[in-house]
Amino acid sequence: MEPVKLISGKAYPFGRKNVDTDVVIPAHWLKTISRDGLGKGCFEVVRKEPSNVFDDPAYAGAPILIAGDNFGCGSSREHAAWAMLDMGITAVIAPSYSDIFSSNAFKNGILAVALPQAAVDRLMEVAKTDPITIDLEHQTVTTPFQDRFTFELDPFRKHCLLNGLDEVGLTLARQDAIAGYEARASKDLPFLAKGIAAAG
Amino acid sequence: MASKPRTLYEKIWDEHVVERSDANDDGGTCLIYIDRHLVHEVTSPQAFEALRVSGRTVRRPDLTLAVPDHNLPTTARLDSAGKRLPIADAESAAQLAALETNAPAFGIRYIGATDAEQGIVHVVGPEQGFSLPGATIVCGDSHTSCHGGLGALAFGIGTSEVEHVLATQTLLLTPSKTMEVRVTGDLGPGITPKDLVLHIIGVIGTAGGTGHVIEFRGKVFEEMSIEGRLTVCNMSIEGGARAGLVAADETTFAYLKGRPLAPKGDDWDKAVAWWKSLATDPGAKFDKSVVIDAADVQPTVTWGTSPEDTVAIGGVVPDPASFADPSKQDAARKSLDYMGLIPGQRMDEVEVQNVFIGSCTNSRIEDLRAAAKVLQGRTKAPSVKWAIVVPGSGLVKAQAEAEGLDKIFIAAGLEWREPGCSACLGMNPDKVPPGERCASTSNRNFVGRQGPGARTHLVSPAMAAAAAVMGRLTDVRELT
Ligand code: SF4
Repeated sequence: MEPVKLISGKAYPFGRKNVDTDVVIPAHWLKTISRDGLGKGCFEVVRKEPSNVFDDPAYAGAPILIAGDNFGCGSSREHAAWAMLDMGITAVIAPSYSDIFSSNAFKNGILAVALPQAAVDRLMEVAKTDPITIDLEHQTVTTPFQDRFTFELDPFRKHCLLNGLDEVGLTLARQDAIAGYEARASKDLPFLAKGIAAAG
Repeated sequence: MASKPRTLYEKIWDEHVVERSDANDDGGTCLIYIDRHLVHEVTSPQAFEALRVSGRTVRRPDLTLAVPDHNLPTTARLDSAGKRLPIADAESAAQLAALETNAPAFGIRYIGATDAEQGIVHVVGPEQGFSLPGATIVCGDSHTSCHGGLGALAFGIGTSEVEHVLATQTLLLTPSKTMEVRVTGDLGPGITPKDLVLHIIGVIGTAGGTGHVIEFRGKVFEEMSIEGRLTVCNMSIEGGARAGLVAADETTFAYLKGRPLAPKGDDWDKAVAWWKSLATDPGAKFDKSVVIDAADVQPTVTWGTSPEDTVAIGGVVPDPASFADPSKQDAARKSLDYMGLIPGQRMDEVEVQNVFIGSCTNSRIEDLRAAAKVLQGRTKAPSVKWAIVVPGSGLVKAQAEAEGLDKIFIAAGLEWREPGCSACLGMNPDKVPPGERCASTSNRNFVGRQGPGARTHLVSPAMAAAAAVMGRLTDVRELT
């Protein structure tokens, strides 16, 4: 994974609340066995609306998406994160996210920044004319107008994003701990630990 | 620590911690062991591919079960000579073929498209006794919360997490907050678990459970069948919760005993003893608590494009202006526009052209019995163009046929299909045409969910059957 440090540029002032992942990428795009090429289907339904932000040339290629509360609710499809990445979005700013989306975003190196609604409203205004900068290291969002908002981020996620670390690789380095758990479980919880080859 | 009263969720969590990132911090990221992993064709190809690319293997193929469901057509899978029929859609065929190749290549047990046990992952897991109380269960599908009906900690994951579980049998997770939904009193006659869960989501909203794991508590759940509990937990994700739980009890043990993959002999006895110890301790604190009076629950339908847009069948389409939150007003206006409904319109006058009985929410035998009871001796309204019944698994299908339910459906003018996800999300050919309405027993009424432009009303199986008979959303109690 590529390290993420600074994301700076235009932002789509989308702002909508409760955007579910069916809106981010409709189900008929899920029939793929690869992660690439999904950008074409990203926000397909929204793009049918006249004068939507995604087809507005003013925001073409923006790396940041600004949305409302509860972004990414609904289906767990990681295709939502892949589609956004494929379309060039590497950060989202919203008041809150669904748990699954924030996890999927993180695992694909998309920064999901949570800020209070008032800050999001202000950034929506700025985005119409000016760029926005997200500094992961200092956990700030700034604008050319001296706006400066700080955001919270899980320290582990921050470390992984800054260093471009792959979670599977990190966990595989913990093999001993996992084997230790399995040894304990096969004594204490044999009915769970045995697995289906044995049970069947 | 040992003396602090804990909730069911906290007990399952504590039992599965492999490592804490910070020994002093209860709230930090933990490495959590996963007991059961269900795999289907849509969210797994990229995970298997990533394993292949990095030369990694599946750590515990024996804790993994693969079954295709989302893409499979629900029409006949074999020709008259018993040969497999090809799948017309090339992309679906490629995804299905990928799972069929990946499962054996990585040593994973695979239930194939033409096996008797094939079905929707969330129907197959409990039915086979693969899903167990107290287990951590994951699947690349948000409705994995379903298995919480057995008292398991079950939740949906993304494809990167599918890869993580395949490679390590663990997940890096932060603990959820706990939430109690306590239902007091009794449900009225003819009120089903689906009505109850739609009502609950209407009360708490689609973000009401965000960051939480919900435990459903109260006599209603204690008296509810396992299939009903699976229906309720299935939809906890629509209330924003990571997972839903109903504590395992004698009903659960009776349901699981003797299932093909359930523990046997000595293991069974040990399991039951442990399962009993998991119930929430008296005095355990929940971070959030919601109390709902069962007497308030009516046969419930949705009017909008979010599962929280619920109303009793005797009610009317709400006026967007009646919502306090301006963004909700805006969303309601958009919903009504999409749904083609007018504020004040009676819900039981809304005509439907399609009926879908199926999905992991409502495709088990009790659901089909409830629908068949309404349809017995009746026929669908001529204005209903398309009405299908899609059993949740091959075993449900066989059971329904043994009870003659298929004949009731067919006599009533409904189609009887092969198991799969079908019109729940319209990835296979089963779709609702644009602009048309569907009374659907599934779990999501999102824009375009059942096909581009399709208008979905979520209902219980009995209500779907009543809608088929009357050609409009109908209070099923009028027909019984
Ligand atoms: S039936 Fe619907 S909700 Fe259930 S697993 Fe299939 S697509 Fe998902």
